[in-house]
Amino acid sequence: MSKRETLLEIKHLQKNYDDLQVLKDISLDVHKGEVVVIIGPSGCGKSTLLRCINGLEKIQGGEIILNGETISNRTKDMHLVRQKIGMVFQSYDLFPHMTILNNILLGPMKSQRRDRSEVTKEAEELLKRVGLLDKRDAYPRQLSGGQKQRVAIVRALCMHPEIMLFDEVTAALDPEMVREVLDVMLELAKEGSTMVIVTHEMSFARAVADRIIFMDKGEIVEESDPETFFTNPKTDRAKKFLNIFAFDTIKGV
Amino acid sequence: MQDLGISVLFQGKNFIRLLEGLWITVRISLISVAISILLGIILGMIMTSKNPIIKAITKAYLEFVRIMPQLVLLFLVYFGVTKAFGIHLSGELSAIIVFSVWGTAEMGDLVRGALESIPKHQYESGKAIGLTKLQIFGYIIIPQTVRRLVPLAINLVTRMIKTTSLIALIGVVEVVKVGQQIIEASRLSVPSAALWIYGVIFFLYFIVCYPISLLAAKLEKAWKD
Repeated sequence: MSKRETLLEIKHLQKNYDDLQVLKDISLDVHKGEVVVIIGPSGCGKSTLLRCINGLEKIQGGEIILNGETISNRTKDMHLVRQKIGMVFQSYDLFPHMTILNNILLGPMKSQRRDRSEVTKEAEELLKRVGLLDKRDAYPRQLSGGQKQRVAIVRALCMHPEIMLFDEVTAALDPEMVREVLDVMLELAKEGSTMVIVTHEMSFARAVADRIIFMDKGEIVEESDPETFFTNPKTDRAKKFLNIFAFDTIKGV
Repeated sequence: MQDLGISVLFQGKNFIRLLEGLWITVRISLISVAISILLGIILGMIMTSKNPIIKAITKAYLEFVRIMPQLVLLFLVYFGVTKAFGIHLSGELSAIIVFSVWGTAEMGDLVRGALESIPKHQYESGKAIGLTKLQIFGYIIIPQTVRRLVPLAINLVTRMIKTTSLIALIGVVEVVKVGQQIIEASRLSVPSAALWIYGVIFFLYFIVCYPISLLAAKLEKAWKD
């Protein structure tokens, strides 16, 4: 992999909830156009890490730098920073009182003050790409989980973020809807979007990632390319974790 | 010839007097409702505070006002304050105070409930698309809160209007009291007046409250989500 410009730098990040240390000394660089997938057992701090990047959580130590600018623990203008970071949550939180189109338009129009007709055009193109153009005037309650999640991705994309964060976006979906959401993400990866993805879908992680970060108990345990990680993990903790997803044949062959 | 009771209504200025009584009812209700909504929204926002002292005080206020029958509150303010502090409050003013105190407590609790029912993720999604705190409230939280609040608030308003009938007991001559006076005055000439007059009063309350109920139903249907 060629050396690329560093977009996001995390330096010695520490995060505590009262006395509980959830992130201990995390350091991580994300390069422009790179897809980093974070995996690990539940409670390992991977979602918290994403929330820290987007400033939804205060951090107790270290630094987060986006494009050379320190963004951690800012009290002023955090909303301007968040315009550059797109985030999609597990629970696809569309705004229930607005149509799909208005859900997408709200951010670009109100926080970026862009022109309605210009954003509408872009939103419609994006909706078309995820196969939901016919839903533009529907309300979120009329959509399935997978459809809502695709709209949530479009809503984040329409802000033209420099980096996209995905926090277990398929974890709350029925199995048959997972695929349609993951396909959208694969498409984005192909186009060269910078993404940090937290997921439990191992085969998806392997397909989409440039780099796998394996976290456990609040620290980065292993970091390698997907091929190496899934076929030949270096640490015991990673081996143990990957074994959870494998089943031995019980009846013999 | 047996006189029809309804004729009482058209003797002298009886019907006009009833309408004047109704106006007093409506006026006291409207003023109290306006004060309650305004203060209730502020109280509701205060009640979502996590400060334990603020929580305890607002809770005590709410419980006190809820547990006390409105009639006792009316007597307390109208007679109690006069005796204790030597301040003379008119019946109408006492009524407005009591209904505002009660309405504010109830409204505050409704606002608190509506605000707390908005999931935390709605705030976070707003943040994630770069909105400021003010924008999140203006575009996301308040519109959803209002949708949940309106049907409940309207229910409260009609309850307040109906409960103003109690103020006859502190000497305010509102619609029910006027009705009683008319019935008393014609007790001998028209023995069936009570049925007719109270029947008319029933319709007067209905005419005031029904449009409000209709509005609630309409809004609820329009905002169903």
